[in-house]
Formats: sequence, C-alpha cells, structure tokens
Amino acid sequence: MMFLAGFAPFQPTPGLALWSLIIFLLFWAVMAKYAFRPMMEGLKKRESDISNALAEAQKAKEEMANLKAENESILAEAREERATMLREAKETKAAIIAEAKEKAREEANRMTSTAKMEIENEKKAAMIEVKNDVGNMATEIAEKILRKELKGSPEHQSFVNTLVGEMNMN
Amino acid sequence: MLRILAIVAILMAFSPSLTSQADKNGLKKAKEQTHQGHDHSGHNHGHDHSGHNHDHSGHNHDDHKGHDHGHKHDDHAGHNHGAHNGDHGHGDHGHHPHYHVTDYNKDCGVAVKIDNPEPSYDPTATAIHHISDANVWTIMDMVRVPLPAIIYNKDRGMEFFSTGKFQAGHHDNGHYGYKDYVLFEGNIHRITCPAFDAKDKYEVQGFDKEEMVSAAGKNYEKKFAIINNKAYNIEQKTIWDGGMLGGTPSSFIDLSPTKNVVSMGLVSLILFLLFRKAVKKYQGAPNAPSGVQSFLEPMFQFIRDDVAVPFLGDKHEKFLPLLMTIFFFILGLNLWGQVPFLGNVNVTGSLTVTAVMAIVVFILTNINGNGDYWKHILWPPDTPWFVKIILIPVELLGMFIKPLTLMLRLAGNISAGHIAILSFVGLIFIFGKAGTNMAGSLTGTALAIPLTMFMMAIELIVAFVQAFVFTILTASYLGAATEEHHHDDHH
Repeated sequence: MMFLAGFAPFQPTPGLALWSLIIFLLFWAVMAKYAFRPMMEGLKKRESDISNALAEAQKAKEEMANLKAENESILAEAREERATMLREAKETKAAIIAEAKEKAREEANRMTSTAKMEIENEKKAAMIEVKNDVGNMATEIAEKILRKELKGSPEHQSFVNTLVGEMNMN
Repeated sequence: MLRILAIVAILMAFSPSLTSQADKNGLKKAKEQTHQGHDHSGHNHGHDHSGHNHDHSGHNHDDHKGHDHGHKHDDHAGHNHGAHNGDHGHGDHGHHPHYHVTDYNKDCGVAVKIDNPEPSYDPTATAIHHISDANVWTIMDMVRVPLPAIIYNKDRGMEFFSTGKFQAGHHDNGHYGYKDYVLFEGNIHRITCPAFDAKDKYEVQGFDKEEMVSAAGKNYEKKFAIINNKAYNIEQKTIWDGGMLGGTPSSFIDLSPTKNVVSMGLVSLILFLLFRKAVKKYQGAPNAPSGVQSFLEPMFQFIRDDVAVPFLGDKHEKFLPLLMTIFFFILGLNLWGQVPFLGNVNVTGSLTVTAVMAIVVFILTNINGNGDYWKHILWPPDTPWFVKIILIPVELLGMFIKPLTLMLRLAGNISAGHIAILSFVGLIFIFGKAGTNMAGSLTGTALAIPLTMFMMAIELIVAFVQAFVFTILTASYLGAATEEHHHDDHH
C-alpha cells in the first residue's frame, strides 16, 4: 500500500461519496421510471406483437390454403355441372329432334293414310256413282229394249227387279 | 487477457515511482557526500544558488537539493529528499521560480528560498495529477472552468464560494487565496496556521511539498503555500482512509461538486436524454428500431438476455432497472473519461465512486437475501462440523470481499488505463528532456502516437468489459442471494 500513498484517485473522500451516492440513486430512480421500465415494457410489447403477428400470418396462410382448396373444389364442381348441363342439353336436343322427326313422320303417315282413305272413299263413292249411273243407264237401255219386246208381261217385270236387286248387292 | 494488460499498465505506471524512489535513496547518500565535499572546500555557503552548477542534471528530482547548502542536513532527517515535486511536473515550468521551504517541520511563516530549476518532468506525479478529482475543470491546460465550492469548516460551519476566486493557472494551482483557502493541484487546501491573516483576496506565489512520516509512522505529503515570501502549511480536505493512502486528519470537509461530480451529473443527463429519445419510439404504432434506439436497444437486450435472465430467472424484471443503471452509468462514465482533451475525467477510476456503487450492491444483496442465503453463510448445510468451523468465517469474509473486489476491479482497471495513456503521452516529455530537446520530443511523439492509439483502443474495450463485469457480478450476487435451493435434490 505504501506506493499508493498520495494516489489521489484511490483516496475516499466524503464529498465525492455523498455526491456519487445522491447522483447514483437519483439516476437509478429516474432512469428506472422514465427509461428502463418503459424500454422493458416496449420491448416486451414488441416481442409479443411480433410473435402474435407471426402466429396470425401462419393462421392466414392456413386459411388461404383452405380457401384455395375450397375454391378448387367449387371450380371442379362447376366444371362438372357445366359438363353435365352440356351433356343434358345435347341429349335434350337429340331427343327433341328425334321426337320432332317422329311426330313429323307420324303426321306425314297420318296425312298419307287420311289421304289414302279419302281417296279410297272418293274412289268408292265414285265407283258407287259410276255403278248407279251404269245401272241406271243399263236399266234405261234395258227398259227401252224391253218396252219394245216385253210389253206388259208381269213375269218380265219381276225378273227385271230381281236382276236390279242383285246388282245393288254388288 | 485484458486483466493482464491492465495489471501490466498499473505496474508500468507505478514502476517509475518505485524505481525513482530507490534511486533517490541511493542518490541521497551520494549527495550528502557531495555536500560534505563542498563543505570542506568552503564554497559559496548560504549564497544565491545560481552559480552552482553541480553535475546533477541527470537526476531530475535532485536538481534542487544540490543547492541547499545553506541548511544543515540534520533538518531533513526523516524527510525524503527525493520528493521535491512541488510545483513542477510539466516541462513548461522552467521559467517559473521554485520556492523551497527552509524548515519543513514548521507550519507558520517559514522562510523560503527561490531558485530557477532546470525543467524537469515527473511522469508519475503528472499522471496522478491528471486523473485526480479537482475543484476546477481544466480542458487542455487552456480552459479552466471554475466550479462551486461547498466547504464544511469545523471552525466556521458551511461556506459557499466559487473556485474562480483562486484564478487557477498552470498545474491548477491558484494564483490567489480566499480567506484561509488556497487551490493547490486543483484541490482546495486550508492554511492551518492560526496566526495567518486570512483576507478575502491575496496573492499566492507558489507551493512546495515534502514527503513526511507522521508520528504514527504513516507517509504523507506536507504541503506549503508561499505568501509574501513566507511559507504556510496547508492541509488537504478530509480523506477517509485512516492514513493508509496519504490522507491526513483535516479541519474541513470538501462537499463541492467537483470535476467528477459534474461529470457524473452531465453523463447522467446525457444518458437520460438519449434514453428518452429512444423510449419515445416504443409508443404508438410498432415500428422497426431507428436512430439512437438502434444503438441502445442491443445493449439493453444483451444485459437483459445474457446477464439478468440467466442469473435471476423469473425475478429478473425486479432487478433489471438496477442492472441497467449500473451498466449504463459505468459505461457512460468510462467512455466520458476516454474522450481526449476533455480533462481526463476519471470518475469510474475513483475508488470513492466505485465504493459507493459496491456498497449499494452489498446492501441490496443482503436485504434481498432469503433464508437459504443466510443459512449458507451462517450454518452451511450438509457439511461436517469441522468443515463448518472453516467455512463459516470464509463465507462471512466472502460477504464483504465480493463488494470489495467490485470496487477495486473497476477503479483499478479504469485508473490503470488512464495512467497507461498518460504514460505513453509522457514519453514525449521523457525523451524530450521536459520539452528542452526537440529531436527527443519528436522521437517521443513518434513512439507515443501508436502506443497511445493502441492503448485507447484497448481502453475502449475495457470501458465496455468493465461495465459488463460489474453488472454481471452484481447479477450473480443478487441471483445467489435470491435463489431457491432444494437440498434434497443436489449438494
């Protein structure tokens, strides 16, 4: 210790001790309240903010993935539906066309058959008319002939009626 | 590594004083023989000394003694002649007259002799002066800021005045006295002589000091102020060292806000403003750190995550403000002391300041100590009785040794760094023969610049390391005092 004699920085002096105690305690009190505790809280807040933000980002990412999957499925469904609709429309179209064709054919057939029937009827009517006309004409001719040859014989009369009746039957 | 460097620096700083002390003792004998030689030849006794040109130029400190032919050598019995460092230490004092007190055992109005010594340079005294606390703040030996003086005088009570009244000059010695106060080497001293006519302003011509041994066998420096060509003993402020470090009982207590006190206040204020600026950024929307916040925050987080949490665990929030206070207070003051040309402020190298912090830590450790802590000290568990006999005193001593090491480590490291830098700068004066040899000065400068730069870089690291070490040890002491033990699990 001898060589430290007169080494002023190591001499404990009451004035410096008192002042350093006051300043140190004051510095401690003021800095704790206005600097260190706010900084501590600020850092803690920021750290929790960051971890929250990271957790939220993770959650958002997961949600996005979910949403994407959902979208995909919706899209796939829509595509499926479209395909179905298209197929159905095609089928419907084919069916309609087929039906229309069928109907047209039926109509045509019906018209054809009606026409045939009408023709047949017309033909029959014409035939009957022709027969009647031919009968009348034949009767008239025959009458005229017979008037001349068979004047007033009853046996001839009934014979002629029988013949006319047979003709009508045909 | 850093500790080794610090110890080397301390040894380097003190070795000149040790060796020169030894040299002086050796030279003293040689000198007395020389004097006797003169006595026999009967030359110039009691005359003006200017004519004497003894071949002592190689020994700076002994230059003056060669001239003391007017005195009986018996007067100096018990004195150490090697310590006439009074008013010279810088090389620029060659033209200043140097006063020698003729009888160092007297106190009042002692006759003085004047000489014009060769310029000399004492690196030890210069370094110690530069790192000591002072009542004036000297910047580059040009600007002297007077500080308020608050003195508790045991005879007159409290006294307030400005140290501007002393009109400090070279070496922070006051040119004028105020009442019975004078300013010597930056510190207020009081003239002890009751018969001294203490006016409000009087001229102080110079100072002298001499190393003495007190009646109790302690070494101390006896100092004198020279007023009206008479020397008056002056005493320093009260120092609480029990005479171990050159302190003497004193009639006044200096409570002035000194250079160190003002530095502490300024650094505290700067830190407060910096932190307020940083803390404001935590308010409002969360944002990335910027500005001063980016500088303070990593240190804050480092102390929190690597010092407080590992030692204190869940309780770290309770002690965090204390640890931060210690870290930033010490770091700020360490760095403040590193600023060149700012006056070599050596606050954290001052044992008083580190002692106060160590005492605060000691008190906090012990009032926060839980049952387990006290049990470990007073009745160590799981140890046989004969081990307890050894362990209890060791533990009790350890309680006090812990804060003591805190106090000494910081003060020693920082003072050592300051001394090392000043010693390297001192090379300029040593090589330059106290400024008289231009070539030598240039050689010294060429050496001093790289060495000082290296030392400053080391000191910058030391500033951080020592602040960190004080903080981590505080955390470990607090951690040990508050730790919950489970004796069933370990031991």
